[in-house]
Amino acid sequence: MSLAHDDRDNLYPGHLGCPGCGEVIGLKLVLQAVGKQAIAVVIPGCIGIVIGPYPFSTFKIPFFHAAFETAAATAAGISNALLAKGDEETIVVALAGDGGTADIGIQSLSGAADRDENIIYCCFDNEAYMNTGIQVSSATPQLAWTMTTPLGKPGRKKNMVEIMAAHHIPYVATACSCFPDDLRRKITEAKQIKGTKYIHILSPCPTGWRFPERLTPNIGRLAVETKYFPLYEIRNGREVRITHKPKDLPVEDYLSAQGRFKHLTKDDLDRIKKEIDRNWDELKRREDQSSHS
Amino acid sequence: MFLTGNHAAAYGARLSRPKVIAAYPITPQSPIYEKLSEWDGKGELGGRMMRVESEHSAMAACISASLTGVRTFTATASQGLVLMHELLHFASGMRAPVVMVNVNRALGSPWSFWSEQTDSLSQRDTGWLQFYVADNQEALDTVIQAYKIAETISLPAIVVLEAFYTSHFMEPVEVPDQNKVDGFLPPFEPPFKLDPNHPAGFCQTVTQNEYKKFRLNRQIAMENAVEVVESVDKEYEEQFGRGYGLFETYRLEDAEIVLVTAGTIGSTARVTIDGLREKGKKVGMLRIRLFRPFPKAKLVESLRHAKKIAVIDRNISLGQEGIFCEELKSVLYSRVRDIPVFGFVLGLGGTNVGPSHIEKVFSMTEKMEQAPIHPIIELEGENVSGT
Repeated sequence: MSLAHDDRDNLYPGHLGCPGCGEVIGLKLVLQAVGKQAIAVVIPGCIGIVIGPYPFSTFKIPFFHAAFETAAATAAGISNALLAKGDEETIVVALAGDGGTADIGIQSLSGAADRDENIIYCCFDNEAYMNTGIQVSSATPQLAWTMTTPLGKPGRKKNMVEIMAAHHIPYVATACSCFPDDLRRKITEAKQIKGTKYIHILSPCPTGWRFPERLTPNIGRLAVETKYFPLYEIRNGREVRITHKPKDLPVEDYLSAQGRFKHLTKDDLDRIKKEIDRNWDELKRREDQSSHS
Repeated sequence: MFLTGNHAAAYGARLSRPKVIAAYPITPQSPIYEKLSEWDGKGELGGRMMRVESEHSAMAACISASLTGVRTFTATASQGLVLMHELLHFASGMRAPVVMVNVNRALGSPWSFWSEQTDSLSQRDTGWLQFYVADNQEALDTVIQAYKIAETISLPAIVVLEAFYTSHFMEPVEVPDQNKVDGFLPPFEPPFKLDPNHPAGFCQTVTQNEYKKFRLNRQIAMENAVEVVESVDKEYEEQFGRGYGLFETYRLEDAEIVLVTAGTIGSTARVTIDGLREKGKKVGMLRIRLFRPFPKAKLVESLRHAKKIAVIDRNISLGQEGIFCEELKSVLYSRVRDIPVFGFVLGLGGTNVGPSHIEKVFSMTEKMEQAPIHPIIELEGENVSGT
């Protein structure tokens, strides 16, 4: 699998992401699948920086860098304007981080999903406010270190995937920039569906997660193969399908590779393992139920 | 037709053929949203209606739809407008000619539903044109004019009504013919738009110097807007028989004392002035209509022969004075510095400003030699509210 620049790319070579950025890999894959007939909305966050300053840009498609909490509402405005002009071809894609999605932008995202606006919303989840220098977000996992949770985050990671599925929008999926084919397929799938599509993309961040930049692909793979971050999709709020069968590697491999988890005790680890097992069993049960209904 | 100000504004919007309308309910604006939804339900709206989850999202959607190349409309009031505040800067920065109706309503806290202009006046630095209207016909006509002006100069515009005084009172309103409005207001064709065939980045990060240039360009556009407002109003008058000017003047020619105000207090002032004139008092009125850009030169021209000016504000900048008064003083200072300007803050929270209040403003101004430093918010011991 080569990720070298080719004709499908909607990013020019060169961007302002950190070396080893998992989010930029995901961005490249998403925009490849979205295609040229598209308009993007970006908001403050890493992507807002990655695109580059005026008058330069790494995007080949038109984009609007809108206010932080408005990714979904802004995308919905574009989508309605296109429909008002009779344009049903052009894809509108919102590209946001986890802070812009799970925290400050959740209201406008919920509103857009409730109205089933015809947009693809991609949340690039690097599990904290990385653009502003590693501050905790509601998508930060429990116990993870950030600059504003020096003792580890006390609360759980907000489950945006299930929140979005609860809106009963036609398509919700998790993805990871380290599983390129799976990610591209999900975007391609989303393009065929009318209504609100939500793709939650785990984006390993060497800067904020504290791992060497060359390890980005490994970290993403470990997140999925340890069942820490399963790859699945939910149609119409109910039909669950797991899109990658994990190898069930030990979660220690994932956690111990990152500086943000280096303070974990054995008790912490046991708790995390139990939670992973519970979540996986629940996901399997829902998948089985979906295939039987 | 016999219409409320809200419905007159809704007709003004529909006649302007917006393609995307995004709105959220708030008293006393909701009847605009309901009327547009009713037309949408009957297939008579001609655009897409977005029933969004907040005013903030309404403005976000209007901005991006406008940048995609379609005409947009929203309406709000009070808390809704101040919730939009952040995005008002974006709309003007992106030169998106969104047109919005705001129904002036007092801001919390405490909660109030009644008229006060502080909501829209505190948006004064956002780069939106602001029109204050006095009656329902002016509301309808100004919405149509606002589109033409906003799209000519690529800046957004707010048309301001007043809670209940204009929003809910019914008046006879002439609703113009759609063909005539189409002749006046051509389809919206922005020079740049979000378009996959012509990819471009909108609202990127810039350097200090570039930011300064963008900012100065907006100031230049604002200053040039005064002429555009005048010429569009003149054109409207020729085609529809109604024009309003940059501001309204009433019996101003030989007036020694000039009352300056905005909105519905202006129509009450006309009646009061007629009564005072009968008693031989040389009094006139200037009603502010265009507040941003503030038509500075024309205001000075109209006021330079006044001996005293009394400004009646249904708003206040806490710790300073009425905002129209403050603004007018800044226009007059260094041009005609010797006219004393008396500031009266009346009608806060929608309290009534009737002819008796305006008469008192006049008689106090007549008696006083020098304008006090602090605004007058009580009239001869009586609370402004008339209670």
